[in-house]
Amino acid sequence: MTEPRTGRIVKISGNMVTVSFDSPVMQNEVAYILHGAERLKSEIIRVRGNLAEMQVYESTEGLKIGEEVEFTGELLSVELGPGMLSQVFDGLQNPLPELARECGFFLSRGVYIEALSDTQAWEFTPLTSPGDRVRAGDKLGYVMEKLFKHYCMVPFSFSGIFEVLTIEPPGRFTKKQAVAQIRDPDGKVFPVYLSQQWPVKIPIRAYAEKLKPAEPLVTKMRLIDSLFPVARGGTYCIPGPFGAGKTVLQQLTSRHADVDIVVIAACGERAGEVVETIKTFPTLIDPRTDRPLSDRTVIICNTSSMPVAARESSVYTAVTIAEYYRQMGLHVLLLADSTSRWAQAMREMSGRLEEIPGEEAFPAYLESHIASFYERSGVVRLHDGSCGSVTIGGAVSPAGGNFEEPVTQATLKVVGAFHGLSRSRSDARRYPAIDPLISWSKYRSFIDEERKERGHFILRKGNDVAQMMKVVGEEGTALHDYVDYLKAEFFDFVYLQQNAFDPVDEATPRERQMYVYNFIYGIMESEIAFEDKASALHFFQQLRQQFRGWNSAPWQSEEFGAIEKEISALLLGRVKSG
Amino acid sequence: MQKFYTRIHQIVGDVITVEAEDVGNTELASIKTRRGTSLAQVIRLDRNKVFLQVFAGSRGISTDDRVVFLGHPMRVASGEMLLGRIFNGSGRPLDHGPELTDHLIDIGGPPVNPVKRIIPNKMIRTGIPMIDVFNSLVESQKLPVFSIAGEPYNELLARIAIQAEVDIIILGGMGLKYDDYLFFKDTLEEHGALSRSIVFMHTAADPIVECLLVPDISLAVAENFALEGKRVLVLLTDMSNFCDALKVISITMEQIPSNRGYPGDLYSQLAARYEKAVDFDTAGSITILAATTMPGDDVTHPIPDNTGYITEGQFYLKNGVIEPFGSLSRLKQQVNGETRDDHRTIMDTMIQLFAEYRETLEKQAMGFQMSAWDQKLIRYGRLFEEKMMSLSVNIALEKALDLGWEILHECFSPEETGIKQSMIDKHWPKSK
Repeated sequence: MTEPRTGRIVKISGNMVTVSFDSPVMQNEVAYILHGAERLKSEIIRVRGNLAEMQVYESTEGLKIGEEVEFTGELLSVELGPGMLSQVFDGLQNPLPELARECGFFLSRGVYIEALSDTQAWEFTPLTSPGDRVRAGDKLGYVMEKLFKHYCMVPFSFSGIFEVLTIEPPGRFTKKQAVAQIRDPDGKVFPVYLSQQWPVKIPIRAYAEKLKPAEPLVTKMRLIDSLFPVARGGTYCIPGPFGAGKTVLQQLTSRHADVDIVVIAACGERAGEVVETIKTFPTLIDPRTDRPLSDRTVIICNTSSMPVAARESSVYTAVTIAEYYRQMGLHVLLLADSTSRWAQAMREMSGRLEEIPGEEAFPAYLESHIASFYERSGVVRLHDGSCGSVTIGGAVSPAGGNFEEPVTQATLKVVGAFHGLSRSRSDARRYPAIDPLISWSKYRSFIDEERKERGHFILRKGNDVAQMMKVVGEEGTALHDYVDYLKAEFFDFVYLQQNAFDPVDEATPRERQMYVYNFIYGIMESEIAFEDKASALHFFQQLRQQFRGWNSAPWQSEEFGAIEKEISALLLGRVKSG
Repeated sequence: MQKFYTRIHQIVGDVITVEAEDVGNTELASIKTRRGTSLAQVIRLDRNKVFLQVFAGSRGISTDDRVVFLGHPMRVASGEMLLGRIFNGSGRPLDHGPELTDHLIDIGGPPVNPVKRIIPNKMIRTGIPMIDVFNSLVESQKLPVFSIAGEPYNELLARIAIQAEVDIIILGGMGLKYDDYLFFKDTLEEHGALSRSIVFMHTAADPIVECLLVPDISLAVAENFALEGKRVLVLLTDMSNFCDALKVISITMEQIPSNRGYPGDLYSQLAARYEKAVDFDTAGSITILAATTMPGDDVTHPIPDNTGYITEGQFYLKNGVIEPFGSLSRLKQQVNGETRDDHRTIMDTMIQLFAEYRETLEKQAMGFQMSAWDQKLIRYGRLFEEKMMSLSVNIALEKALDLGWEILHECFSPEETGIKQSMIDKHWPKSK
């Protein structure tokens, strides 16, 4: 096929264009609409007879019937290579800072810029020598990208065993220069570059095996880590009504999570929130590496006013980049905010295709699409024995805050943990507003299983008493029930809630969580004697005040020890022996 | 030279179909009917069939009327000459002034590159304590006023229009009653604010398609001013009418409705407008305040629900006052640390005490006995409602903060407020 295959526009409806063609076309093939000097990227999403329906990744303003369309024969792909960290891309992997330099304030239509600079040179170090036998995903050498060894790998699309023919000695290379030549069993020679292309909708599978997510991913948020943990390589979702703090929660996670790389997919949400991340991350220092947070972050941003079709692809772009870094044996966290907007993008396209709608007009394949997206997470063992992981956390914005809607329900079926935000908790300023009574997790916490269960039990019991008290009043509640209620409230206040504005309380490391949880567990399990309700209330108020101070005291500092002594003294006066 | 078409195939709702060649998507056309000339916009192309939504409505269009395609999308004049003028939804003068045809700009332009935005950091003072003190309005914010029919949301917007410290005010009216239109016009004139205002007005009697254009026209003009470094405040009322117009057109076009008859792209449609709010790096800004009436006072209705996910907070206007609970300016933290050192203290303390007052009211309603503390709270709550919450209060932020201290002083002892001692020493009024 040397002649470019072309078609002609016969129908335009919103961002969907129908094209008639004569030569063969491929499903999900990328095509360009030639509109004057502009080339508008689009993707074939349905073929019927000699008509192909395409979603256009740009505004369709001004397009005319009869305009020419050029098919590329390629699936929608991203370029994977060094230079992605700290970059801000749109949903099609156009670097936004470079676009701004070229086009100014606005995202001009039809301007595409290569994702990775072709002039930047990288210091290459070889890891293989001629004669070595390699396969897809094997590491041929590496360059340093920020703090990471960014491996140059045998392209993931290559199948079979190859022989390294030549490999360049240490030196500086751009992505255009081949660093190695490899030969397949038939004797065909292929050059290998620092970067490679990969179609976004297909998972990268160049690893030995996929393992069960077992190790906890520490987010430094107590409520999550202790009670509703997330595992490395696992999945979780955060549904919540607007204003409940989904985005703040995701921002905090992106700062503190114990992973190597964070990929943020801002998908169909407010531009202002992305701007905050873009502008503040370069100034925030990651305590683990002593480098700006932006150094380990990739932002994919397709905000709500950017074209809808690119919104649909933005989550795939993000997950492909996450999978790529996983291939290097790194632990990656992908935060998608919000998957509901992504689902809505699918709904819009489905509506234009006039497909028979499912519930709330979402397409019937909504569930399978959501499932296959989350299934791209996982811990993998690579061929060289090292492990990498992709953890996916998706925010969900259910219409009307009602979790019964299709996107939330489809998501709940496939994730390993559910952090449900509730309006009543956020109204009461209890942050993070994850409701412990409705949330769940299938992963193991670093807190002892039995003690964790006990924590859940105390919260449920406290809630039962609180409900009862609404009916019978405080007077009608038995003292021991009332104490249970106070215990639950105390647990909630000093452990589950965290003050995001306090530099210490904002992030609690694993050791501290284990220590404090066990300390509180001790209090919860003690029989405490009170004369009456007033004295019980007073006691827990005192205790709460002390714990507030404790939570703000740096871990293992002198202050921490001092307050702990004071708390123990306070307890000693009350707790029955044993 | 211009080619015209006289074969109208289909007239459904306000959408007509003609057969024509070489027509661009979203291109503008003009239709000459017995009733006059109307503009129309291409909304779908299917081979040689062109679907047009007719701004003036399809009433009276005959199948042999003349359609001429203009070769460009919807445009509007821009620049200083627009100041003080009033136009309808398709940009025609309503004030007997001349038609403007200079400096035409396309409406509904491309989105702003996120990296060219800056983190909002400038407060817009309105003279309304419930906004300035408790939920500060920030330049480039997009904020809806959630309300129900009958509430004075237009009065509130008009007051903000005449008092807000911005360079230019653009008012986009959608589906307003004619008397509301006159109210806006008179208010702006009376307070001398018309000279820095531009009004695009669609009244309930006007054709529905024009309603759809109002936000785009208003925001295109605003964007043009903002790029010149101006600080623009755009007031849109009522966005629910805009959404209903979207619903009408999408159902006419036989699109599959998603939720209560609204189109599946309602979120994207609203976001495309609201996201025009921006603080440009090295240029001006656009701030959007939009009235959204909630059908049946139901915040989970698709219109307020989708709006809430897009905007940066919301004001609830209920019983004639801005309700302190539920109302939220997400960006207030960016500005209220730099106004006066006691701003956040007053904001937090007064709201906490007011919440306690509300609880006391509930207790009172249930017939519980009122303690001395309850009495104090009731006194405080009444004062707060009268001196702070009432929309008739009109004072600068500093005055409002001073007033806050006075109210606290009148009702409580310093310890009872729970305010930090250093603040008390500095700000607590010395004597009555």
